[in-house]
Amino acid sequence: MPLYRDEAVVLRTHKLGEADRIVTMLSRQHGKIRAVAKGVRRTASKFGARLEPFMVADVQLYEGRSLDIITQAESLASYGADISADYGCYTAASAMVETADKITDDDGSLQQYLLLVGALRSLARREHGPSVTLDSYLLRSLSIAGWAPSFVDCAVTGEPGPHTYFVPQLGGVVADSVAPPGAARLDPATVSLLGALLSGDWTTVDTASDLSRNQASGVVAAYTQFHLERGLRSLQHVDRRA
Amino acid sequence: MYEGIVQELIDELGRLPGIGPKSAQRIAFHILQTETFDVRRLAEVLLEVREKVRFCTICGNVSEQETCSICRDPRRSHTTICVVEEAKDVVAIERTREFRGLYHVLGGAISPIDGIGPDDLRIRELMQRLGDGTVTEVIIATDPNLEGEATATYLTRLLVQPNLRVSRLASGLPVGGDLEYADEVTLGRAFEGRRTVEA
Ligand SMILES: [Zn+2]
Repeated sequence: MPLYRDEAVVLRTHKLGEADRIVTMLSRQHGKIRAVAKGVRRTASKFGARLEPFMVADVQLYEGRSLDIITQAESLASYGADISADYGCYTAASAMVETADKITDDDGSLQQYLLLVGALRSLARREHGPSVTLDSYLLRSLSIAGWAPSFVDCAVTGEPGPHTYFVPQLGGVVADSVAPPGAARLDPATVSLLGALLSGDWTTVDTASDLSRNQASGVVAAYTQFHLERGLRSLQHVDRRA
Repeated sequence: MYEGIVQELIDELGRLPGIGPKSAQRIAFHILQTETFDVRRLAEVLLEVREKVRFCTICGNVSEQETCSICRDPRRSHTTICVVEEAKDVVAIERTREFRGLYHVLGGAISPIDGIGPDDLRIRELMQRLGDGTVTEVIIATDPNLEGEATATYLTRLLVQPNLRVSRLASGLPVGGDLEYADEVTLGRAFEGRRTVEA
């Protein structure tokens, strides 16, 4: 199969040589693809902005010896301009694509693809704040990868909740009886916000207090950094003010 | 693989940006085989450039002195600062002859995925330059790509202050590319058609 075609969302790009870029994409059917876009940095390039991060494109590629080569790219959704026009959205979207890049291997995942495209669309349309959109994305992405946290029943004993001790290493909230010394105790409202972020209950999310949102962001960051090896570089740069 | 020093030369050349193994080999054999090629001169220039060239303490442009020739030039307007990502963008804009103000080189664009946040760029230095009220316009000329646009968004929000016009190069500039590749006419037009932006 020397020539193939797929829908893909651009995760990141690297400069290559004089005017080329290596484009890392998460595709619908072919997993994660690293391919060369020739001449893309020249302002007269036929690709224009279609192969920038956060863009969804219908791409045609041919298999190269080491890297594939992009021969065509038609834009399906260009979220880049709307996202880069808001700094909070830009930093949140950066953390999302870095997560997608770290969490998927070459086989990729249709679920991860759909989750990421949906989250970028939501940011571009300003449906909810960038900070909560990111937190919800991170929890769901980790869940698809097999690391679903528990925010109701005890992650160790299964004892029905609510519980308020949260331990990333144990997989979520835990009953008081098994909480290790020094474990962080969360506000009950924060625990229910975390559950809402995971399930996509936006009514609860949008009415949560700033205090709960900040506490939840801290929990999500700790949980993400624990599961992703070497952590996320972009997470510390996320602008949480919005 | 070649023997000893020849392979070392190829390896060193291959570490330069934009030079792959094949180009490195071609350059190495050009140096070896071309008798008229002045190797000594090249070696001297490389050493000299490392010793003499530094970065302007005001704008961050490359310079052989404490401050660059643009910052020292009394004929240039000190009320306008054009903000660019790299020193090579200064060269691209100077070629258009459209701009007679001063520059500020950020040293890159905000790119969280590469671990580059606002504090890693020369943004604090820019704010210091605006402190005494001499500057009345800041033109943001970051690259017309995603990171460049996001950096412009960040700066626009930061630069809101009375008596300061903030503008962005006209959107006629093709998107997705690097500023250095824009031709002079397009870049010149983008300057003339710059628009005021509001946070
Ligand atoms: Zn200078």
